[in-house]
Amino acid sequence: MFYREAGEFKTTYAKDQQTFPIALDRWGYFITLALAFLAVPFFINDYWANAVVLPFLIYVIAALGLNILTGYCGQVSLGTGGFMAVGAYASYKLMTAFPDLNIVFVILLSGGITALVGMLFGLPSLRIKGFYLAVATLAAQFFLVWLFNKVPWFYNYSASGQISAPERTLFGQAVTGANAVPAISYLFCLVFVVVLAWAARNLTRGANGRKWMAIRDMDIAAEIIGVNPLKTKLTAFGVSSFYIGVSGALLFAVYLGAAEVGEAFGINKSFLVLFMIIIGGLGSIFGSFAGAAFMVLMPVLLKNIMVGQFGFPTDIAAHFEFVIVGGLIVVFLIVEPHGLAMLWRIAKEKLRLWPFPH
Amino acid sequence: MNTQSYVTADGRTIGPAVMEMKNITLRFGGVVAIKDISFDIRQGEIRAIIGPNGAGKSSMLNVMNGFYHPQEGEVMFHGTKRRAMRPHQIAHQGIARTFQNIALFKGMSTLDNIMTGRLTHMKSGLLRQMVWWGASERDEVKNREVVEKIIDFLEIQAIRKTPVGRLPYGLQKRVELARALAAEPKLLLLDEPMAGMNVEEKEDMSRFILDVNDEFGTTIALIEHDMGVVMDIADRVVVMDYGKKIGDGTPEEVRTNQNVIDAYLGVAHD
Repeated sequence: MFYREAGEFKTTYAKDQQTFPIALDRWGYFITLALAFLAVPFFINDYWANAVVLPFLIYVIAALGLNILTGYCGQVSLGTGGFMAVGAYASYKLMTAFPDLNIVFVILLSGGITALVGMLFGLPSLRIKGFYLAVATLAAQFFLVWLFNKVPWFYNYSASGQISAPERTLFGQAVTGANAVPAISYLFCLVFVVVLAWAARNLTRGANGRKWMAIRDMDIAAEIIGVNPLKTKLTAFGVSSFYIGVSGALLFAVYLGAAEVGEAFGINKSFLVLFMIIIGGLGSIFGSFAGAAFMVLMPVLLKNIMVGQFGFPTDIAAHFEFVIVGGLIVVFLIVEPHGLAMLWRIAKEKLRLWPFPH
Repeated sequence: MNTQSYVTADGRTIGPAVMEMKNITLRFGGVVAIKDISFDIRQGEIRAIIGPNGAGKSSMLNVMNGFYHPQEGEVMFHGTKRRAMRPHQIAHQGIARTFQNIALFKGMSTLDNIMTGRLTHMKSGLLRQMVWWGASERDEVKNREVVEKIIDFLEIQAIRKTPVGRLPYGLQKRVELARALAAEPKLLLLDEPMAGMNVEEKEDMSRFILDVNDEFGTTIALIEHDMGVVMDIADRVVVMDYGKKIGDGTPEEVRTNQNVIDAYLGVAHD
C-alpha cells in the first residue's frame, strides 16, 4: 500500500535507469547508510565486531568479486581462497617492505596485484568452459596455497610460517595490529564495502555489465554483436580478483591479524564464498550482501540458540551447526534456486500490489 | 559489372556494391559447403538468398560475418578486400545479423538485450564506468535514446523491461531484429527472420524489414524459405543448391529460370 511506484514519473532516461527507481527503496538505502556510518560505530563492541560485523563486511567484498566473475560473466571459479591469499600476502609484503606506505594504498595495491594474478589464471577461460574451467581454477587454488607455504620469501622467513600484520594507522587511529579498536576497524572496512559495492553496481549496469552478461548467456552471439570474448573475460577476471584480493588483504590485516595460508585461505574459503553467491543470488549485488549475511550470521545465530537457549554442550552444538546450515542450504536451493535476491524481488513485487492480488 | 546507381520504382536509390563475394569456396573436411560462388550486395537493396535445405545459405551468411573463413575466394567490403578477422572485429565494421535459432541473452531484459546492440558504439572505459557519473552516464543516456527510437519503430514499447525468456516466439524474433538494428549496421544479415511464424507475424515482419530498408536505408541480405515473401520484398535474389549458385537476378528473372524451377520442383532423371 505504501510501497509503490504510482505517482512517480520518470522524465529522463537517467532517472529511469537509477539503481533504486522506487522512492521508498531510495530512502531505505540512505537510512541504512546513515545508520551504518553514524549509529553502529557507537554501539559496536568486540564480540559483535569479531563474530559478526567484520567477517560479514569482508566476505561481502569477496562475494561481490566472485559474483562479478561467476554471476555476471558466467565463469565458474573455485580459486577464491587462493586469490584471497594473494591479497593477504601482497598486503603483508607491502606493509613490511614499505613501512611508510599508507594502509589504504596497501589494501588497494594488494587488490591490484591479485587482479594481475587473476587475469593470468583467467587466460585459459578463452578455451575452456564450465566444469573444466572450475577445475583449472581449482588448480590455481592449490598452486597458490602451495606457493605461499613453500617459498619462505612470502612470509619473510618467519619460523612459524605465519604472517602477522604490523600496526598501521590512518588519521592517527590504529587500523591493524593489536591496538585497533572495533569501531575503527569497522568503519575502515565499511568504507571499502560501500565504495566497492557502488563501483560494482556501476560496472554491472552499463556497457561493461552487458558485455559480461552477453558472454554468460550466449558467448557466440556476443562475439557476433561485437564483444571481444578474451578481453571481456579477462576484465571480469581482473575486476573480480581485485575485489577478492582486497577482501583477502582486509581479512588478514584487519580481521585476523595473523594468518597461516592453508588454514585461512584453503579450499574451504573458496566454497564458502561460492555458497554465499549461490544462496544470495547469482548476478545480483544485493545477493552478495544477503548471501554473506546468511553464511556469517546463521552459524552464530544457531550457536547462540543451541548453547544459550537450550544449554547444548558446545561440541555437540558445533556439529549440529554444520548439519543445520547444510540442510538450510539445500532447502533454500530447492525452494528458490535463484537465491535470496530473487525471494527479495518477489516479495517486493507482491508488496507493490498489496493488498490486491493482481 | 554495372555499378551505376539507379532509382527503383518505389523511389529508393540503389547504390554501388557494399559487399562482394568473389569465388567463395568453403569446405568442412571433405564436404564442400559452398562451391565457387560470387555475387554482390548493393547499397540500399534487399538481397535474398534462397535455396532448398542444405544448400549452404546459412554457411554463406556465416562467411559474410566472419564466423567461417572460406578456403578460397575473397570478401570485398566497401570495395576493399577484407582481411581475415574475428567476428567481433567484423561487427565493429558495421555488419549485424540475426540468427535462425533465436540467440538472445536469456538472463537480460528486452531493453538490455537491445542495448547490447549498441556496444560497438559505447566508448567509456572501465574506470569511467566505475564512477558512472559524467561520461559513462551521458554515454548510456545517448545510446538509450537511439535504442528507444528502435523500440518505437518496432512497436515493442510494452515489453521494454520484460526478461526476454518470457516473451513469445514472434516477439523474440522482433527483439533480435531490434538488437541488430541498434548497431546501426551498414549491412544487416537476417537468417530466416520469418521461420516458424504464422501469417500475421510474417506480415508484420515483412513490413518491418521493408520499413527498415526504406527509412534507415539499411542494406539487407536475408535468407528465407517463404517464396511469396521473398518474391514480394527482395530486389534481387541469389538461388543456391548443393553449395552452388544456380540463379541470380530480380524475382521475375529467378522465377522463370529453368535451373531454379528444376531445383525446387525436381527434374525427371532419364
